[in-house]
Amino acid sequence: MGFRNIIGRRLGLGLVRRRKPFSTATCDGDGNGNAKSINLYSAINQALHIALETDNRAFVFGEDVSFGGVFRCTTGLADRFGKARVFNTPLCEQGIVGFGIGLAAMGNRAIAEIQFADYIYPAFDQIVNEAAKFRYRSGNQFNCGGLTIRAPYGAVGHGGHYHSQSPEAFFCHVPGIKVVIPRSPRQAKGLLLSCIRDPNPVVFFEPKWLYRLAVEEVPEHDYMLPLSEAEVIRQGSDITLVGWGAQLSVMEQACNEAEKDGISCELIDLKTLLPWDKETVEASVRKTGRVLISHEAPVTGGFGAEISASIVERCFLRLEAPVARVCGLDTPFPLVFEPFYMPTKNKILDAIKATVNY
Amino acid sequence: MANWLRISSRTVANHIKKRMNKGFMGGAVHVNQSSGLWWGLNRGGPVSDRNGRHIDPLAWNRATFLCVQRFKSTLAEKQHDSFLSSDSDDDNQSVDFPGGKVSYTSEMSFISESSQTRVPCYRVLDDDGDLISDCDFQQVSKEVAVKMYSNMVTLQIMDNIFYEAQRQGRISFYLTSAGEEAISIASAAALSEQDIILPQYREPGILLWRGFTLQEFADQCFGNKADYGKGRQMPIHYGSKKHNFFTISSPIATQLPQAAGIAYSLKMDNKKACVVSYIGDGGTSEGDFHAGLNFAAVMEAPVIFFCRNNGWAISTNVSEQFRSDGIVVKGRAYGIRSIRVDGNDALAVYSAVSAAREMAINEQRPILIEALTYRVGHHSTSDDSTKYRQLDEIVYWKKARNPVNRFRNWVQSIGWWSEQQETQLRNSVRKQLLEAIQVAEKTEKPPLSELFTDVYDHPPSNLEEQEKHLRETVTRHPKDYPSDISV
Repeated sequence: MGFRNIIGRRLGLGLVRRRKPFSTATCDGDGNGNAKSINLYSAINQALHIALETDNRAFVFGEDVSFGGVFRCTTGLADRFGKARVFNTPLCEQGIVGFGIGLAAMGNRAIAEIQFADYIYPAFDQIVNEAAKFRYRSGNQFNCGGLTIRAPYGAVGHGGHYHSQSPEAFFCHVPGIKVVIPRSPRQAKGLLLSCIRDPNPVVFFEPKWLYRLAVEEVPEHDYMLPLSEAEVIRQGSDITLVGWGAQLSVMEQACNEAEKDGISCELIDLKTLLPWDKETVEASVRKTGRVLISHEAPVTGGFGAEISASIVERCFLRLEAPVARVCGLDTPFPLVFEPFYMPTKNKILDAIKATVNY
Repeated sequence: MANWLRISSRTVANHIKKRMNKGFMGGAVHVNQSSGLWWGLNRGGPVSDRNGRHIDPLAWNRATFLCVQRFKSTLAEKQHDSFLSSDSDDDNQSVDFPGGKVSYTSEMSFISESSQTRVPCYRVLDDDGDLISDCDFQQVSKEVAVKMYSNMVTLQIMDNIFYEAQRQGRISFYLTSAGEEAISIASAAALSEQDIILPQYREPGILLWRGFTLQEFADQCFGNKADYGKGRQMPIHYGSKKHNFFTISSPIATQLPQAAGIAYSLKMDNKKACVVSYIGDGGTSEGDFHAGLNFAAVMEAPVIFFCRNNGWAISTNVSEQFRSDGIVVKGRAYGIRSIRVDGNDALAVYSAVSAAREMAINEQRPILIEALTYRVGHHSTSDDSTKYRQLDEIVYWKKARNPVNRFRNWVQSIGWWSEQQETQLRNSVRKQLLEAIQVAEKTEKPPLSELFTDVYDHPPSNLEEQEKHLRETVTRHPKDYPSDISV
């Protein structure tokens, strides 16, 4: 019962009777053939199996990936593809990414895992100064496009400072890499395969909260979802909400409640944060005249600020209200205070109403 | 190969001792003429270990008894315990831990922070360039020796002329390899064209060896449209795919873990090639040094880590950089075989790299080479090293310990080089360089569009927008922008 309460509170729903499938699941025509109901880590696992199956120059490596990984995303890979292609690395993020850059520079698909996004910082130099600039600085003689860095990010209910961070904003400021964040199992599989096959280095943040919790019909075959294309996952006319990853489910709950008050919300999943799809967001704001951005990361300097500035530049005269941001507080991610820190459904709902009534 | 062998070895030894007073930065180091105790070349016949792999009979180097081989069982190899156990009463007392079996002792003793003596330095030529008798080295052909020497001279002259060009304001920046010519040329000479180079930044000699032209060097320094780097980076940040020379980046040591990854790729492809990555003494303090060596060792990757210990990291002397006996002793900490070599002795560098390459490829393992040398030049054109070190120290190394002079003495003494050739070469190189600079200076810069390409494989929409907007701005305010970049 306690566990369910946590889920309930997390989703802003109070007590939850039973777990519903992730409602933004849109299993469209891509679902030719079989689709199974699986969770996020299984979807990631499937993507990795397919990646290694379809390209014998693909490698998966990182701390503890061999036995399946601390979140089970790499289960079965070592057994199936062998220790030369799926292997543990020493505990050293700068080494993992540096090694991955080298592997990718030789034309391989280097799929590196950072155990928690909170630990990605030792690799920041390699990502920013090396991976992001590898092609540009060499005049396109060399590139490390085959590099994909995966890391679990985001609140988990009890993670505190170092198991809950959302560091996407740091990476969105780096020309030369891509930043992708899936919202659900089906999205994760298709987006991860796109990231792996994209000829640019990509950082792929996986919402750890959803690893087990989110369950969705996921086609079993090999499919890819496009990068740098935002998706309108809920049509509306009064206000545009923009988010990514786990936060979308919270936003969706807020949209549902707002609807009861007669507010029609349009909800957009950005999916790729860098380079991001301004056109889709702009088109939506031109329709609604109002925008609200929500993310777990601290509000100051968060990626919401970039979206806000861009939308104001493009849609100033159309806007009916200031751009709203409902985000984490400007503190390190706290443990017992997590419920206060988080951008909850009710905070979002309050901001929707304030924006609409501005 | 005749007369110089007749010099008595005692004379040679005394001669060397006197010369070695000055030692290398960081203190006197014993010169190991014959590489006696250490890995020798051509020693004994081929020997196979239990697994049928070729090993050298000098088994002390098999410090692999505790090493876990990735592709084999993770249980400790019992056979090798005998190398480890001491001759005391500890023989029967051993204990199992996850890393393997260790014998234990009731006597508490700390391993000393340093050995009694420093690791000896392998050299083949004495300071005058005479071959030391009874030395172990890889013979070079006349063709190779002459090419090595010519390249060292070319590198020297290129450095002088480009340095001057910077002083004249014609290029914005330069850094020389003065004093370290033997390192880049001789190491390149010992490698094959397929070996992949991950430089730090003081190794253009490798490109020179591999055929990068003076014009190509000049084009990069001027950042013109012929620069393979498309004018994006500062001078000396060369890169050449056709020469297997990865583009230089300014951050220190970042190339080391990348080298491990590249070498792992070669390993997967079963290529008969290795990676050679260079680093200075200062760079070994970076975290990436630790990451690179550790990864290479664990992945059993064929990479040679070549450390140019030239005594200075800008103004920071090695005494402020580390407290170990240089870099060579760090190899063992990672389970990496290592050697210290006289970096100003072209033949020694050639031999060591040759041997290291063979081991790296045949045994699929990393090797660490520490080349002791001295940075004769300033760190770069942005530095004046007389501010932090004595002028007479610099002059001493430039005159008395010059690797180019030393090698010249050797090639001349065996009749492979003459004064006449020397003059001809120097004049010719100088002339070619001045021409190359003139051409490079006149060549136009890359077009503005190259500012926006290669950030990604295709420019995303935000870059297309920015380019459009920038072009409008340039049209409105042309005076704000350099006229030698076509819009």
